[in-house]
Amino acid sequence: MDFGLTEEQTLLQDTVRKYIQAECPASRVREIMESDDAYDPTLWRGLAELGVAGMTIPEEHGGVGLELLDLALVADVLGWACTPGPFLGNAMGTTALCASDPEAQKRWLPGVAAGDTVLTFALGEGVGEWDAAALTTRGADGTLTGEKSLVPFADAADVMLVAAVDDDGPGLWAVERGARGMEITALSGIDLSRPVSHVRFEGTNATKIASGRTATDRARDVGLVLLAADASGGSHRCLEMTRDYALTREQFGQIIGAFQGVKHQLANLACDLEPAVSLWWYAAHAFDHIRDRAERHAALAKSHLSDIYDTTVRYAIELHGGIGFTWEYDLHLWFRRSMFDRAFLGESSYHRKRAADLAGW
Amino acid sequence: MNLKYSEEYQLFREEVRQFLKENWTAQDVADNPRVSEMAQGLGSSPRTDERATALRRAAAKRGYIYRHVPRKYGGGEQPPDPLKATIIAEEFKAAKAPGALMSQGPAMLVPTLLAHGTEEQKQKFLEKTLLGHIRWCQGYSEPGAGSDLASLRTTAVLEGDHWVVNGQKIWTSNAREADYMFALVRTEPDEPKHDGISYLLIDMRTPGIDVRPLRQMDGDAHFNEVFFDNVRVPRDSMIGERGRGWYVSRSTLKAERALIGNASMARRTFDGAVLLAQSTQVRGRPAIEDPVLRDRLADLESRLLAAEYNGFRLLTASARGDDGGLAGLVTKLHTSTLAYDVAKLAIDISSDAAMLAPGEPRAPFAGMLVQAYFMYYALAIGGGAPNIQRNVIGERGLGLPRDMRR
Repeated sequence: MDFGLTEEQTLLQDTVRKYIQAECPASRVREIMESDDAYDPTLWRGLAELGVAGMTIPEEHGGVGLELLDLALVADVLGWACTPGPFLGNAMGTTALCASDPEAQKRWLPGVAAGDTVLTFALGEGVGEWDAAALTTRGADGTLTGEKSLVPFADAADVMLVAAVDDDGPGLWAVERGARGMEITALSGIDLSRPVSHVRFEGTNATKIASGRTATDRARDVGLVLLAADASGGSHRCLEMTRDYALTREQFGQIIGAFQGVKHQLANLACDLEPAVSLWWYAAHAFDHIRDRAERHAALAKSHLSDIYDTTVRYAIELHGGIGFTWEYDLHLWFRRSMFDRAFLGESSYHRKRAADLAGW
Repeated sequence: MNLKYSEEYQLFREEVRQFLKENWTAQDVADNPRVSEMAQGLGSSPRTDERATALRRAAAKRGYIYRHVPRKYGGGEQPPDPLKATIIAEEFKAAKAPGALMSQGPAMLVPTLLAHGTEEQKQKFLEKTLLGHIRWCQGYSEPGAGSDLASLRTTAVLEGDHWVVNGQKIWTSNAREADYMFALVRTEPDEPKHDGISYLLIDMRTPGIDVRPLRQMDGDAHFNEVFFDNVRVPRDSMIGERGRGWYVSRSTLKAERALIGNASMARRTFDGAVLLAQSTQVRGRPAIEDPVLRDRLADLESRLLAAEYNGFRLLTASARGDDGGLAGLVTKLHTSTLAYDVAKLAIDISSDAAMLAPGEPRAPFAGMLVQAYFMYYALAIGGGAPNIQRNVIGERGLGLPRDMRR
């Protein structure tokens, strides 16, 4: 029995953190997010070389063959650094592919592992519909027709995994870049590090690669855990920035961190955040090892950590005072990211409702 | 990370189950004055009779309880293993068998004695404390020394072979039942306040001690005031050196935070709240069907699971010789706030039956959840009030400047 990280996992986090600190500090985050497609292929390739793109892909397909916890530890670092890039959709797509036809796996997974093929996952429809059984995008005769409302990095993706339904019920389809009848409309999103698009399919060529909802549900659970880890990393960063500010900003003749009002607010944030780290660790571990608890824990981890992120960002900005509300100061990058983490794949109360239902209450 | 119940653990569970079958009979269970699960969690006295003692001795010998205490002092002497600890707790619970005692003595004094006691003191107190044959109370707080504990004024003056103690302690749990008190007293009045304190073990039957119950806001009298009037305590009853008591006590306080930081009480109350929600009809509908309630339950469960897994994380860290940093510092504040919120939810589920006092038969679960609600107010304060915890987290955990400490 062991509930801690291995040396390899700590090293993995250190390695990714060093790479990101060198290649993508906040100043670079701003450059990328102000570019046309908010996408830096060189950065993504660098991460892929560290094994990030193919972390959970089996070795037989050229991946690293590790587990969701390892990938979530990377998400924690990327959230901490507010790193732009197709990490989330790529990871969800990878999970869906790994639960699909062997033919599809053979075709795309090696490219994904190498960082040559970028995936994204198209799930949500309308407002707030993320359930595989309630989707209206339809597959028929090798085509898809329907609309997806919030697809991350749709433009950058080489292959889009699409959850849809056909006469047999829910299933999963793959659509390749530039497929005829696919219309991608970039949306003006709040999170500038992870752009989203509206995607319309009109008899679009698509390959059905899985039947049933398992591939989609597993991809969703991976997304939930990675969002929880991202929120955890982002919360830590906001707490650190605010602590550092409280140690340098002087008012009334002393640094503001010496005031109990400030100290206690920071302590409250740490008190909520620190134990919650164990919740997403557990959820990630359960995904690979405790299947009957995986779905519920993913839902609870995402709702809890994204709520914490929301609170942490709020007090971080408040404790900074006016400077925290400026464009020049970096805090809003994380504030924006927290809005994505809260809403993507469904808001907190939606997942708590699912968790209550799954508990059999 | 590895949480699998591997074959080793399956075998271990079988072994514990077999042990209990042999050492805790149906008759033993029947003899147990029926104390509910919930009541035990809230601190009602567990059994310490002959049969319970025999079971504890045998269980310690097998390494099932008091796993952090060396064998020669009556402990189980095992490396920390959260999964085994969980299995042991589950099997003891299932067999309705009395396990390790969680009261002040075993939980707070024992770690201090292990760290700072002389061999003689360890021999004299450890095993009997672990078996519940010597019961302890804690003499720290005074009317003028609460959060600012180091300003305490109860004095001990050396006269020949005895320390002569004068002064007053307050908020002393179990003082009427206790055989001994572990106390902080001022022995060096001329030293700076933290360096003038010593850690003394006081026999509660010594002449000159007057214990007066203190009635709490829930009507109960769990706490006491303890007055000392020329109480003579043998010279060798000190733990650690003269004037070092403040530093000796830190290990006790840390143990107290860990005790209150344990999520098991919140878990019992939470499970009780779910049960209550499933069995209560409010305005003709099962309470559990209320979407707002379901949302709150799931939210609290997230916090509860975080607290439980954080406990796993800290145990693993401690097995690696790491104190867990922030994750350890926040536990008391985190779980005491959580326990309060869980009990508050249970109160809400009770609807207007929440007006009924503990013990009223018409109250849900005979008011046990209401009692928990009251109790958690006290737990939040014991071992350092919430704002003191926030100072500790801010200063030691986040590196913010220290508060006034004069």
